[in-house]
Amino acid sequence: MIEQVADPLPQAGFAKVVLELDVNNHAGVMSHICNLFARRAFNMEGILCMPLPDPQRSRIWLLVFEDQRLEQMVLQLEKLIDVLAVRRHGAEHEVFERLEHYFR
Amino acid sequence: MMQMTGAELIVRLIERQGVRTVAGIPGGAILPLYDVLSGSESIRHVLARHEQGAGFIAQGMARVSGRPEVCFASSGPGATNLVTAIADAMLDSIPMVAITGQVPLPMIGTDAFQEVDIYGMTVPITKHNFLVRCASELLEVIPEAFRIAMSGRPGPVLVDVPKDVQNQLVCFAELPPPAVPDSLPGVDLAAIEKAARMINEAERPVLYLGGGVIHANACSLAVTLAEQAGLPTTMTLMGLGAMPVDHPLSLGMLGMHAARYTNYVLEEADLLVCVGARFDDRAIGKAAQFCPRANIVHVDIDPSELNKIKTAHVAINGDVAVVLEALLPRIKVALRKRWLSHVESLKSRFPMEMPALDDPRSHYGLVHAVAAALDDDAIITTDVGQHQMWVAQAYPLRRPRQWLTSGGLGTMGFGLPAAIGAALAAPQRTVVCFSGDGSLKMNIQELATLAEEGLNVKIVLMNNNALGLVYQQQNLFYGKRVFASRYRNAPDFCKIAEGFGIAAVDLDTARNPRAALAQALMEPGPCLIHVSVDREQFVYPMVPPGAANTEMIGG
Repeated sequence: MIEQVADPLPQAGFAKVVLELDVNNHAGVMSHICNLFARRAFNMEGILCMPLPDPQRSRIWLLVFEDQRLEQMVLQLEKLIDVLAVRRHGAEHEVFERLEHYFR
Repeated sequence: MMQMTGAELIVRLIERQGVRTVAGIPGGAILPLYDVLSGSESIRHVLARHEQGAGFIAQGMARVSGRPEVCFASSGPGATNLVTAIADAMLDSIPMVAITGQVPLPMIGTDAFQEVDIYGMTVPITKHNFLVRCASELLEVIPEAFRIAMSGRPGPVLVDVPKDVQNQLVCFAELPPPAVPDSLPGVDLAAIEKAARMINEAERPVLYLGGGVIHANACSLAVTLAEQAGLPTTMTLMGLGAMPVDHPLSLGMLGMHAARYTNYVLEEADLLVCVGARFDDRAIGKAAQFCPRANIVHVDIDPSELNKIKTAHVAINGDVAVVLEALLPRIKVALRKRWLSHVESLKSRFPMEMPALDDPRSHYGLVHAVAAALDDDAIITTDVGQHQMWVAQAYPLRRPRQWLTSGGLGTMGFGLPAAIGAALAAPQRTVVCFSGDGSLKMNIQELATLAEEGLNVKIVLMNNNALGLVYQQQNLFYGKRVFASRYRNAPDFCKIAEGFGIAAVDLDTARNPRAALAQALMEPGPCLIHVSVDREQFVYPMVPPGAANTEMIGG
């Protein structure tokens, strides 16, 4: 018989990626995004969210590890109705680096 | 200026959307909406006996009509009872709009009576969801809910409406127009050219059709593609009916309970053309060993399905019908004598074994006897388990939307309420619900709804007094340690049906079971047809969960 035995969770690669999301600003958007990552078992290292000068919109910054499923996660993010755009940046993006001060 | 309450606005907007039947159960937090609904001249309300039943009635209607259908439930337990039906619609891409009552806005977050965060709870199982905070939002939210449910890859949308929002007055200039689906995305012609070239050059191609072909109303185009290019064609559980199963190019269903030859043909394929399917594990077995020799062309409306499980050599994002129309003129007519005769020889060496086909009291024989008594107009629904697989293997499904089954979620209890929904959407058709004793008991209260509506639904109950597929797996894969899969008590289903006011026929005691069956199917109105089946009969062939599709047991 063939048993389904869980493989150890793939070790996240070391390369970090910063995702920049433009989203509608209303209650529930954050929960849609966090839920998507949680239910697809994709770890989110950091999240930042603030409204934009246009109060209809917010921007969300996500810090994630690059692994082979990242492409799929971006496609899933783009399907969310409240996500208007997803942009990818390398780990050199400074948005999270400048916050490190608060996490010491 | 027009003035309405939120509740009136919801009812007017769903009337304008063309909804004619709504299934649901009222409760405290949705009473304003029901009060308005009572005065609607165009919407008929069907009172379910459990909100999960209401959700599946709406699904049954949507699976037959192809349009978004609606269910209502109250807050708290009413809403949580809808959850399974919503998740089921999500996994099978069924357009549905669920409207739930919620406690009044000022009480949200206070653990009020029958308060539950159904918005938060349905985030992962809806295409989108809304919590309406002001009645004027409904002008946008309701059409938007329908637009989202029916655009692109269809799916369920939930709209949670607090009771005070239902009572709130709103002034507006005019009602918004009914929602229409988004226009279809354009197609990548270069990818289509490449796919056409691959099909024309392939020696052993196979066409693999999923439920997306049915959702896109593209079945005749898919059959034309198969005929023009000489493609042996397999279908997923959700795709059954896309090509008539007795079409010379049909290989029937693939995967866990496919005929041996079907999985062997796929093993040899050098090109797999996947249209509106998503490489589900029940269909493809161990992904790494599925179609090991094949290049893959994958067509899907949902870009996130492309390259999700298997990397496609050509991935085409688009509506299946639009893509097939663009593809067809580029496809050479091919007879493919060598490949098709090889497929034929596999078919004759490893056919679908259906023992005791002549006995209408055996599982395969029963499915055939039902089919023989009906024509292709009939709609077939199933519950989930052994009976579902036997029907999928043996029923001659010949047209799209003939076959309603819970594929992705595999929900026991789907069959009866879905059959009620199907009969509401297509009252001129006979609807047969194949069920098992385990499944039927999961929504048996809907017999009351069925009796009240007097619909032409026939329940064909294969009773082995067990959770048959669990019993089968424990026997095959858990050292015959049978546990919690046999019932110690055996209810009398015929008496239960009669208790609900539904006629019952017991084929176990019928002197001529075939004639009794045919007569029960012909008689208009609801009926339960009971047959005891042997618990030791298993669904074969079977690919063990996690194994490659070629590692079949039995059959």
